[in-house]
Amino acid sequence: MIQKDKNLREIYVWQLPVRVFHWVNAFVITILCITGFIIGDPPAIQHATAPSHNYWFGIVRFVHFFAAMVFIVNYLVRIYWLFAGNSFSVLRNYYPLTKKQWRGIKETLKVDVLLITKNPIYDIGHNPLAATTYGGLFIIMILQIITGAMMFSVQSNAFWAPAMQDLLIRFNGFFPIRSLHHWLMWAFVLFAIVHIYLVFYHDYIEKNGIASSMIGGWKFIAQPIAEDYEKEQALRKDVEHLEKEKHNKK
Amino acid sequence: MNTESMYNHLRKRGISRRDFFKFCGVMGSMLGLKASGAEQIADAFMTKPRIPVIWQHFQECTCCSESFIRCSHPIVEQILLEMVSLDYDDTLQAAGGFQAEAVAEKTRKDYKGNYILMCEGAIPLGNKGYCTIAGEAAEDRLKRFAEDSKFIIAWGNCASSGCIQHAKPNPTDAQPIHKVISGKEIINVQGCPPIADVMAGVITYVLTFDKLPELDGQRRPKVFYGRRIHDTCYRRPCYDAGLFAQSFDDENAKKGYCLYYLGCKGPNTFNSCAVIKWNLGVSYPIQSGHGCIGCAEPNFWDYMPLYSHIPSTYGFGVESNADKIGAALTGIALGGVATHAVITNVRKRRLIKGSMDDDFSLNEKDTEETIQELEEKRDRLINKKKDEDSGDSEKDK
Ligand code: HEM
Ligand code: HEM
Ligand code: SF4
Ligand code: SF4
Repeated sequence: MIQKDKNLREIYVWQLPVRVFHWVNAFVITILCITGFIIGDPPAIQHATAPSHNYWFGIVRFVHFFAAMVFIVNYLVRIYWLFAGNSFSVLRNYYPLTKKQWRGIKETLKVDVLLITKNPIYDIGHNPLAATTYGGLFIIMILQIITGAMMFSVQSNAFWAPAMQDLLIRFNGFFPIRSLHHWLMWAFVLFAIVHIYLVFYHDYIEKNGIASSMIGGWKFIAQPIAEDYEKEQALRKDVEHLEKEKHNKK
Repeated sequence: MNTESMYNHLRKRGISRRDFFKFCGVMGSMLGLKASGAEQIADAFMTKPRIPVIWQHFQECTCCSESFIRCSHPIVEQILLEMVSLDYDDTLQAAGGFQAEAVAEKTRKDYKGNYILMCEGAIPLGNKGYCTIAGEAAEDRLKRFAEDSKFIIAWGNCASSGCIQHAKPNPTDAQPIHKVISGKEIINVQGCPPIADVMAGVITYVLTFDKLPELDGQRRPKVFYGRRIHDTCYRRPCYDAGLFAQSFDDENAKKGYCLYYLGCKGPNTFNSCAVIKWNLGVSYPIQSGHGCIGCAEPNFWDYMPLYSHIPSTYGFGVESNADKIGAALTGIALGGVATHAVITNVRKRRLIKGSMDDDFSLNEKDTEETIQELEEKRDRLINKKKDEDSGDSEKDK
C-alpha cells in the first residue's frame, strides 16, 4: 500500500544472492525444525507390524540430513556474499561496532519496539537492531551446523567425519551436544515469529514495501532520504577513488 | 624384585598349559588382534616378569570389582584374578589391616615406576574427611600411589568422570582420576560398571604390550568404545521404522520394538554392550527390555530422567525440559507480538492513516554527520594530492 501523495522512490537493495539465500534458508530451516522436533519427540505412528514394512522414521531423519546439507551450502554462499555483496549485505552491517549503529539500535528500540516515539525512523537496508539479530542468528546457524555435524559424524564415512567425531567425544559426547542442538531449535522458532511479525509491521506503518523487497529486491524510500543516500554513495565513491590513486602512486 | 615370568607364576598356581593357551586365544580375539595376537600374548606372558598391580578403592560402590569377577570365561577370570589379586586389593585380598597396608607399601617401594595402579571411585576434593582409607585421605593416597606407578587404569564411570557423586550439585566436589593426577598415562575404562570382558581385555593388553591401547578423546580404549549401543543394537530396524514401545507393558514392548520413546540412551552412548553383552554373554539391558541409561558417557546422571529422551531442566521445575520451555516461550512471543500489533494501531494511528507530516528528524542528524565526515575526508585527500602534485612539478623544474 503506497501513499500516492508521498514522494517515494525505488531503490534496489537486496541483490539476487541475498534473496535466494533468504528463501532457501527460511524454507530449509522450517523443514529442519519440523523434522528435528519429530526426531526429538517421535509421534506414535505404528501402522506396520514389522520393521521390514516400514521406514518412516528413517525417512524423517534422511530429510533432516538432506535439508541440513542444503542449509550448509546455502549458508556458505551467503558467507561469500558477506564479503562480495553490496553495502547493505556486507559483514559490517551485522555487528554493531560503530557509534552510529548503537545510536540506531537505541532509536529503533524507542520507535519500533517500545513504541514511545511516534514518528518513524527510516532505513534503506536493515535497521541496526534487526541487523544485529541477524548477526546473532548467523552465529546460531554456525553452532547448529557444528553440533549437527558432530552428531552426524558417527554415521558418516565423509573425510571430515573422524575429526568431527573426535571433537564430539572431546566435548563430552552426545549428551551435551544433542541438548544444545535441541535447545537451539527453539531459538530459530522464536526468531521466526518475531522476525515475520516485524517485517509486516514495518511494511504496514512505513509503506516501504519491505515485505516484498525480499522477493524483488526493491524498496520504496522517501525522496529526501533517497537523495541523502545517493549523495553519500557518490561521496564514498570519490573517497575510494582518491584513496586508490594515492595507493597506486606509491 | 621378582623376575619370575607370568606364565611360571600361573603354572605354580595350578593353571594348566592348555588352559593358559585357551586364555591367550580368547583374549586375542576379544581385543580384535591379528591372527598372531594370541601368540603375542603367550609370548609376553612366558618371557616377561609379572607386573604387580595395586587396586585402590575410593568413592565408589564396588560394582566394578563385582563386574570384574564375572568374566565370561572361567579361565580368564581365574588367570586375571591370579594376576591382580596378589599385591593389593582391599576387597579381594586375604590379608587385612596393617598387614595389607605393609604389602601395598612394599610393592610401591620395590617396584617403583613398574607397577600398574588400578583405581575404582572418584576423589572428593571438597573435604579430605569425605573419604579415607586406612586413615589416609583419598586424594593423598591416590597421589602417593600414582607417583610411582607405570600406568593408571581408571575403572568405571566414577574414576573416569565422577559418576553419581559428581552429578549436580556434586556436594563433595568428587572428581575423576584424570582431573586429580597429571603427567601419568591414564586409561578410562568407562561404564557403570564396565563390562567384565572389557576389563579383562584391557588388563591383558597392558600386560602383553606394556603400553596402553589406542584411546579416544575421553581416554577410552577405542576397541571397546568406538561405536554406539544404537549402531550395534538388534532393535535398530524398529527405530528406523518408527516402531517404538510407548510403555513398558504395552503390546509393542512385547513385540520387542525400539525403546527410544521410553528414553533409551543408546543413541548417545559409546560402549560395546550390544556386541559383547553381559553375564557370560547372556543378555544386555535392551535385550532384557530396558533402555540403555548411558552409563559409559561422562555426566550421564545430569541428563535424567531415565525414561525420557529429552532431559529435564533443573532450576525451571523438575518436570520442565527444552520442549516445554520452548513451547512456553513461543506462546509468550506470539502473545507479545499480538499485543504489539494492537498497541501499534493505537500509537501509530496518524502515521498509518497518512495524516502525519513527513518527519525525518530522527534520520537527519546521522546523515548530516556521515556526509560531513565523508566530505572532510575527501577534501583532505584532494588537498594532499594538490600538495604532492605541486611538489612534483617543483622538482621537475
Ligand atoms: C536450523 C537448523 C537445525 C535445526 C532447527 C535442527 C533441529 C534438530 C533437532 C530438534 C534434533 C533432535 C535432537 C534430539 O534428539 O533431541 C536434531 C537432530 C539432529 N540434527 Fe539437526 N537441526 C538443524 C540443523 C542441522 C544440521 C546443519 C545438521 C548437520 C548435519 C544436523 C544434524 C542433526 C543430527 C545428526 C541429529 C541427530 C539425529 C539422530 O539422533 O539420529 N542438524 N536436529
Ligand atoms: C513470510 C516469511 C518471511 C518474510 C516476508 C521475510 C522477509 C524478510 C525481509 C523483508 C528481510 C529484510 C528485513 C530487514 O531489513 O529488516 C528479511 C531478512 C532476513 N530474514 Fe526473513 N522473512 C521471512 C521469513 C524468514 C524465516 C522463516 C527466516 C529464518 C528463520 C528468515 C531469516 C531472515 C534472515 C537471516 C534475514 C537477514 C538476511 C540477510 O541479511 O542476508 N526470514 N526477511
Ligand atoms: S533400543 Fe535404544 S539403542 Fe536400540 S535402536 Fe532403539 S534407541 Fe537405539
Ligand atoms: S546398555 Fe548403556 S547403560 Fe547399560 S551397561 Fe551398556 S552402556 Fe551402560
